Amino acid sequence: METTAFQKIHTKVNHITKATCSLHADGVGYEEMATVNGRLAQVVKIQGDLVTLQIFSGTEGIPTNAEVVFLGHAPKLPVSDELSGRFFNAYGQPIDGGPEVDGKTVEIGGPSVNPVRRKQPSELIATGIAGIDLNNTIVTGQKIPFFADPDQPYNQVMAMVALRAKTDKIILGGMGLTNDDYLFFKNIFENAGALDRIISFVNTTEDPPVERLLVPDMALTAAEYFAAEKNQDVLVLLTDMTLYADALSIVSNRMDQIPSKDSMPGSLYSDLARLYEKAVQFPKGGSITIIAVTTLSGGDITHAIPDNTGYITEGQLFVRRDTDIGKVIIDPFRSLSRLKQLVIGKKTREDHPQVMNAAIRLYADAANAKTKLENGFDLTDYDERTMKFAKEYSDKLLAIDINIEIDEMLNTAWELLNKYFSVAEIGIKSELVEKYGKRKDN
Amino acid sequence: MSTKGKVGGIIANLVIIEVDGPVSQNEICYIKMSGVELMAEVIRIGGNNAYVQVFESTRGLKPGTEVEFTGHMLEATLGPGILSKNFDGLQHDLDKMEGIFLKKGDYTPALEDDKLWEFKPIAKKDDAVFPGSWLGEVKENWIPHKIMVPFKFEGTFTIKSIAEQGEYKINDTIAVLINTNNNEVPVSMVQKWPVKIPIKAYKEKPRPFVLMETGIRVIDSLNPIVEGGTGFIPGPFGTGKTVLQHALSKQADADMIIIAACGERANEVVEIFAEFPKLDDSRTGRKLIERTTIIANTSNMPVAAREASVYTAMTIAEYYRAMGLKVLLLADSTSRWAQALREMSNRMEELPGPDAYPMDLPAIISNFYARAGFVYLNNGKTGAVTFIGTVSPAGGNLKEPVSESTKKAARCFYALSQDRADSKRYPAIDAVDSYSKYIEYPEFQEFIRENISPDWIDDIMLAKNILIRGNEAYEQINILGDDGVPIDYHQIFWKSEVIDFVILQQDAFDKIDASTSIKRQQYMMNKVLDVYRTNLKFETFEEVNPYFKRIINIFKQMNYSEFKSEKFNKFEKELQDIINERILIED
Repeated sequence: METTAFQKIHTKVNHITKATCSLHADGVGYEEMATVNGRLAQVVKIQGDLVTLQIFSGTEGIPTNAEVVFLGHAPKLPVSDELSGRFFNAYGQPIDGGPEVDGKTVEIGGPSVNPVRRKQPSELIATGIAGIDLNNTIVTGQKIPFFADPDQPYNQVMAMVALRAKTDKIILGGMGLTNDDYLFFKNIFENAGALDRIISFVNTTEDPPVERLLVPDMALTAAEYFAAEKNQDVLVLLTDMTLYADALSIVSNRMDQIPSKDSMPGSLYSDLARLYEKAVQFPKGGSITIIAVTTLSGGDITHAIPDNTGYITEGQLFVRRDTDIGKVIIDPFRSLSRLKQLVIGKKTREDHPQVMNAAIRLYADAANAKTKLENGFDLTDYDERTMKFAKEYSDKLLAIDINIEIDEMLNTAWELLNKYFSVAEIGIKSELVEKYGKRKDN
Repeated sequence: MSTKGKVGGIIANLVIIEVDGPVSQNEICYIKMSGVELMAEVIRIGGNNAYVQVFESTRGLKPGTEVEFTGHMLEATLGPGILSKNFDGLQHDLDKMEGIFLKKGDYTPALEDDKLWEFKPIAKKDDAVFPGSWLGEVKENWIPHKIMVPFKFEGTFTIKSIAEQGEYKINDTIAVLINTNNNEVPVSMVQKWPVKIPIKAYKEKPRPFVLMETGIRVIDSLNPIVEGGTGFIPGPFGTGKTVLQHALSKQADADMIIIAACGERANEVVEIFAEFPKLDDSRTGRKLIERTTIIANTSNMPVAAREASVYTAMTIAEYYRAMGLKVLLLADSTSRWAQALREMSNRMEELPGPDAYPMDLPAIISNFYARAGFVYLNNGKTGAVTFIGTVSPAGGNLKEPVSESTKKAARCFYALSQDRADSKRYPAIDAVDSYSKYIEYPEFQEFIRENISPDWIDDIMLAKNILIRGNEAYEQINILGDDGVPIDYHQIFWKSEVIDFVILQQDAFDKIDASTSIKRQQYMMNKVLDVYRTNLKFETFEEVNPYFKRIINIFKQMNYSEFKSEKFNKFEKELQDIINERILIED
């Protein structure tokens, strides 16, 4: 760790808990970094000259005569083009055996963008997956998480989305990644030949959980450098934000704070919003788009973590296995991209919004028909048709192994609508049916 | 001599200050960090310690830093120039701040000191005036902005002199008043008012009774709100709260719209910034932005300013109400404000109430809603502040403290339903669960009878009934099966679906369907009720579904067409033909 000649070394620690230690010290700033016997720590509370430090890697083995050195600054990251292609830990130190990064150092968790200086997001990010591009179009500057159960292949889907999306940089913030998943990302990035546009900040399950709290800020600080200063389109991947929130609750618990819903700290909303709101479209062209993962417990979205996330992010993507076709699909009912309205029918073909809605509505009718069937009722001809439609729709459009252009998705949707339904059943504006429907009964 | 102090302790944005003199609760102070001053508000006092919440990040703040107290509470600056502004929660002008990123302690003035306004006197020399009396007016965009005797004044005054018509700056003296002690008091065009205290410069606050048109059918036609009324919109995320608020802000019949973006997404505010300067206000033909003021404390902006933002917004609303204007205040979302209170309460280690919210949350919420209202001003004119807040209930469960407290305070309830949102039935307001208490007000019923139609209230009740019966029929069909119930059940269900698809559902993104005038709403409601009253004949239940799908499809095409246009009339005729098909079979 960096130390300079004039730094005062304290050697009397008064109070030690599982995550924090307290000592008497003067002239210390709030959120300042320090080292305690070489371990990195941060000031979380000051009462007179009594300073409380949170030690990221835990206090195991910290003695009362530990050497404490205050570093005089908040956590920092050196930023420059040299970040590209590198892997770092939660403190921004290289873990790939490469050299330290040379560049100007920036405090992480910096100020927010003035809302009047933001630009309205307007560029769509095509992924080739119809479950996203057609039904839940993602736009630069958007923040959207995958809501998935731990057994679902969310990291794979996310990696696929990241690599297909045309962005200048991909920054991975891995929190509590299993070593296997870490190696998966490393592997897939290397194999894609895209390593030079990828930067990774990784905290694995082998690292102390509280360290995770630094990861998103590191990733987003690097993202801000490339987006704000280099006008690049940056895609930030944060996985898994549930583990991040868990770390927040650990700290809050150790600081004796009163927990609110689901043992989470009362500030969970603000803590998460501070990160997600870093997603932005800058006026000069750069952008930060955040795709995150929030793992659920048994699909429960009312838990405080997914619930607060849902209120912050601009939509959410649900991944589930469709047993009818035996593939993983993007669930059209529960998934939502709030910013899609900014591009669909504007940057894409004008029939996009109505075709999308009609298909989803009919897919919903199929779900009702299925319930009827399960309850032992007779199906009408319409029910039968919706169910056939749903299966084909799922297979040809919702499945995540689809990789086609948006116009082709729309054409496919029309083919299916025409194959199974009358104009009245589709319920699309008549002008659009005439122009794009290519129906024989028109 | 103002009180000074020194920073003693820091826990996130709660700072403890040792003071050397008197301080008052809610007093504003500035913490003088090197290079920047951080604004903070006293929220608790214990001995020589003042506990303050800082409206900024406290990163780098050191104990011993000097603090200066101002002697006043958080105040709004009121005067011409508020319209079309984008303020932060403390009324600093966001557009005046330099750079892309917000800088700590960058406190820009709310109004322009050097801008000239064309002033026209209303009052005359020797007139007796009191706080809130109109002295003159300036044109602010298209609003006649009244210059009033400051609300802080007490008692009656006589006008000694008043400025002649001409151009003045906000700080110029435009009138000199004499109080009962014969002292002269100068008055300028700008005044300050503490945001946490209601402005009461009116004579009387009766029960509100004038319908406020919103152009949203499920509100106007089924759960109407009034000028000066209160409403709240709770709903799980993804049910369209924000789209609904935006629709309200675009279409509502009000002179001024104030949007308090309280702890919500920045991109939503950006949408307003981007769209409102382009969109026309159909009532005045001017741009929407000209009647809109935005108070933005987005979710990444300092938490403490979130609470201040709703009060700042309400104070501005009350100020414009005192000019005899109809103001609509939208706050999205009041839950974030309550959460900000919770964070602070937690840091001060207060004993928590339910869900760790402070115990006085219900009182705070109801006091706030009580500031809305329709008023008779002292000069006989009327003004109104209509307040609609959204609530973001945790997990979509309305049995949580913020929703419960708000339900007690607000008179209209617009329940957003997850089921409706899932099946893309937007706006996802559940017409049956929602209510408007104003329908029960005799004075409102009278207003409707005189101004809209004698049958309107009965029609609302009938439509709600049809929806309830349709629901029941649907459940029966689900339990007993399509062929296990009489065909009538299918008809009842589908007739309720017609109301759902034609009246309740509305395409906020379609140019024509987005907003429906009351006249058109009434026309369509009559059409739909006509269908309901027509006895249609079906041989089997299988005929019912496709038949009504056709009816709904034609109705929807009507909704997408200009009212009474050729296209509209054509669809209307087609509709009649379809209805006749089934009546004919009867013959």
